[in-house]
Amino acid sequence: MAALATHLSIKEIWSWLEDVPDPEIPVISVVELGIVRDVSLDGAAIVVTVTPTYSGCPATAVIAMDIEQAIRKHGIDEVRIETQLSPAWTTDWITESAREKLNAYGIAPPEKGAACAGALRTRTRIKCPLCGSANTECISQFGSTPCKAHYRCKDCLEPFDYFKSF
Amino acid sequence: MADNPTVEFALRMGDNCLVLGQNVSAWCGHAPVLEEDIALANVALDLIGQTRMWLGLAGELEGKGRSADDLAFLRDVREFRNCLLVEQPNSDFGQTLMRQFLFDAWHHPMLKMLSGAADARVAEIAEKSVKEAAYHLDRSTDLIIRLGDGSDESHHRMQGALDRLWRYSGELMAADAIDEAVVGPGLGDIEAQYKDYTSKVFGEATLTIPEAAFMQKGGKVGLHTEALGHMLADMQFLQRSYPGAQW
Ligand SMILES: [Zn+2]
Repeated sequence: MAALATHLSIKEIWSWLEDVPDPEIPVISVVELGIVRDVSLDGAAIVVTVTPTYSGCPATAVIAMDIEQAIRKHGIDEVRIETQLSPAWTTDWITESAREKLNAYGIAPPEKGAACAGALRTRTRIKCPLCGSANTECISQFGSTPCKAHYRCKDCLEPFDYFKSF
Repeated sequence: MADNPTVEFALRMGDNCLVLGQNVSAWCGHAPVLEEDIALANVALDLIGQTRMWLGLAGELEGKGRSADDLAFLRDVREFRNCLLVEQPNSDFGQTLMRQFLFDAWHHPMLKMLSGAADARVAEIAEKSVKEAAYHLDRSTDLIIRLGDGSDESHHRMQGALDRLWRYSGELMAADAIDEAVVGPGLGDIEAQYKDYTSKVFGEATLTIPEAAFMQKGGKVGLHTEALGHMLADMQFLQRSYPGAQW
């Protein structure tokens, strides 16, 4: 079966990865999240280059395992996952389709172009994913997972997660 | 001391993250409010993630086959290269927060500068970490101001924490040949930024920087306070008693 990889197109492998959900936010795929940086062939092996979201994110190891399994499921034996740190992952790489899915799922999508390295002590108005109001407040920049902040809507009074720009 | 300054430098960066991350993680389940419990756990997680990158690099460059885990769990106290600030005990929430702020206010500009370091491996770890450090600094700044300029009780506790911990802040900026070899000539800028930023925030927080300016140091060359030994005894217990244990 190992020879099978050479007959595959890279495009086909990308399409398999589009079916791999993020373990913590299953409505979006690892491809939509922007963490799959490259897919290539090295002899009979498929090499997938992944970049971590947060350096301590517990989902990173699970994602690598899920990607490997998704490829093995198609009869490929040799799969290698490589980690790439630079350029560092940014929420600007999250696709438009994923932003809509996040909002429908109840998570406000990240502001674009606001990656945080220089933007300290600024609070942008985030739209409530439940009622659409911009009358919201940040409760904490740290939420249920490393990538989310904790917000509250002052109109519908519901708490919600914001996928913070990074 | 290792011959390669990058090994020693990566140990310093990694040990700072490890010791602070381990101390902060002890708050999990004990913080005064749920939001802070979550924030503390997230900050600790980021720091442990950064530890893996720095100690991973140190182990690789050292070339003795030691992994990040080996370096974390099997070195003795004199081999640790973290600054004294991060090993100071958690004490109350005020001291934990002050320790975090005094660290973050250095960590963020330091990582920003390191993102342009000549050694690409150092630069890429810094580029990844600086975004996390920005959120850490954002949170600790916000809370220092709110609690410093808060109730009499919170003000009193924050001032007490600043009085106790300020003497450990100087070591962060005290550069030697190793720092200079890896970071380059910009180290003086970090000290200037640190002084500027911390005095602005303490002003807003109505807190007074202690006048007695004697700065404690020693951590970077392995001379630690008593607290680090206690922390390591707890953190390393399992690997010391059951070598190679996995789960
Ligand atoms: Zn709402």
